Amino acid sequence: MALRGNLRDFTITQLLNLINLARKTGTLVVDGPSDTAHLAFRDGKLAYAQIGKTVTGLAVILHNANKLSSGQYKAIQQRASNISDKELGLLLINAGYLTKEDILTQLQLYFAGIVHRLFTWVEGSFHFENEMLPPDDRISVRLDLENLIIEGSRQLREWEQLQDEIPSLDMALKFTDRPGVNLRNVNLSVEEWRVVSYINPKNTIKQIANATKMNDLEIRRIVYGLLQAGLVEICRPEGASPAPQVRVFPTEDRDEQKSLVNRLISRIRSL
Amino acid sequence: MQTVKMVVTGPFSAGKTEFIRSVSEIDVVSTERKISTAAEKAVKEATTVAMDFGRITVDDDLVLYLFGTPGQKRFDFMWEILSEGMLGFIVMVDSTRPETFREARSILETFRAYAPTPYVVAANKQDKKDAWDPEDMRHVLRLDSKVKFLPCIATEKSSVKSILLELLYSILAEMERGEK
Repeated sequence: MALRGNLRDFTITQLLNLINLARKTGTLVVDGPSDTAHLAFRDGKLAYAQIGKTVTGLAVILHNANKLSSGQYKAIQQRASNISDKELGLLLINAGYLTKEDILTQLQLYFAGIVHRLFTWVEGSFHFENEMLPPDDRISVRLDLENLIIEGSRQLREWEQLQDEIPSLDMALKFTDRPGVNLRNVNLSVEEWRVVSYINPKNTIKQIANATKMNDLEIRRIVYGLLQAGLVEICRPEGASPAPQVRVFPTEDRDEQKSLVNRLISRIRSL
Repeated sequence: MQTVKMVVTGPFSAGKTEFIRSVSEIDVVSTERKISTAAEKAVKEATTVAMDFGRITVDDDLVLYLFGTPGQKRFDFMWEILSEGMLGFIVMVDSTRPETFREARSILETFRAYAPTPYVVAANKQDKKDAWDPEDMRHVLRLDSKVKFLPCIATEKSSVKSILLELLYSILAEMERGEK
């Protein structure tokens, strides 16, 4: 029977540990909050990873890693768009553009990156399809899981801490009212500047993450840093529809409400 | 009969049940259960799993209910339900357990997100010798100077009264601001 369950009960790190120890062969399918990921394993080692429905081809992976120039990438798209990843790999090696190690290293980094993204998924379901492997025309790797598991455990701890600090991404950010602080004198990374440029009580943290193409962990990390430095504070998003108003006072009349609070004050004083 | 409610929240073992017990005119309706984990058992024997419930009758026509939230995170699904329609809320922080300060901050943010009602933060167990100084706690909790952060001893009625009064003054001030 295929292994299946819920990420709330079984984390990605625990799943990788199980696959590693049991030296499993097959594909782990994870249905996350907004995407589906496929991780293929051979004898407990990561062989292939894909997120979403679209397959990211070798040419795209190498181009994004600056291993192919824009000209080379364009030429491949025009002349060799129909060939498989394996064929393309052979072509690049035979033409002397890249070595076999270059290609495998980039694929390993890309697949490991997908696994890292999964560490931030805490909601969703999974199932493991025994013996199911990617099609033969894809290039697979053999990546030991131990380092990924250790990194995943670290990220999980960090993720839990960051979630405690920033429980909701539906809140907005505003700059703190500290006249002494000049943002220009603060050393911020490029990523932090990108986030800072969107800080406005009108934008939720989730919207900033979407605009800057950051995942939940990345945006939480940056926001946490800015909060700790006292540069920003969390606020309710402006213009957001207020939370459904439940009646707080038994009366709508403002004077009666004030009278009610004054009666409460007198009563508490008399206790 | 008119009723209003206030919520007392905070991390595990912050003193929420004691707080309500000190001023409630009825025996606090508590849903305490024996603690199952060894780490938490080292702190106290029983904890609130659903809510505490206390009552203060104001007059023939008005009753104030005090609801205490469960402190353990695995019961946080109760928080939003309890926060509905609250007049204001009190965040209790155990001054002797700095390891809970971060969680207190997180609970405060969560309740602020539920409802934009006034709140105060109480630095409980200030009578204990290893209690942190409230000013140091304010920094760690990253509380704005405008937020009322008050020393508290939840077992003393006078201390609890002053916390409730400060919250009521904040509610009144907020209403007056809203009129301008």
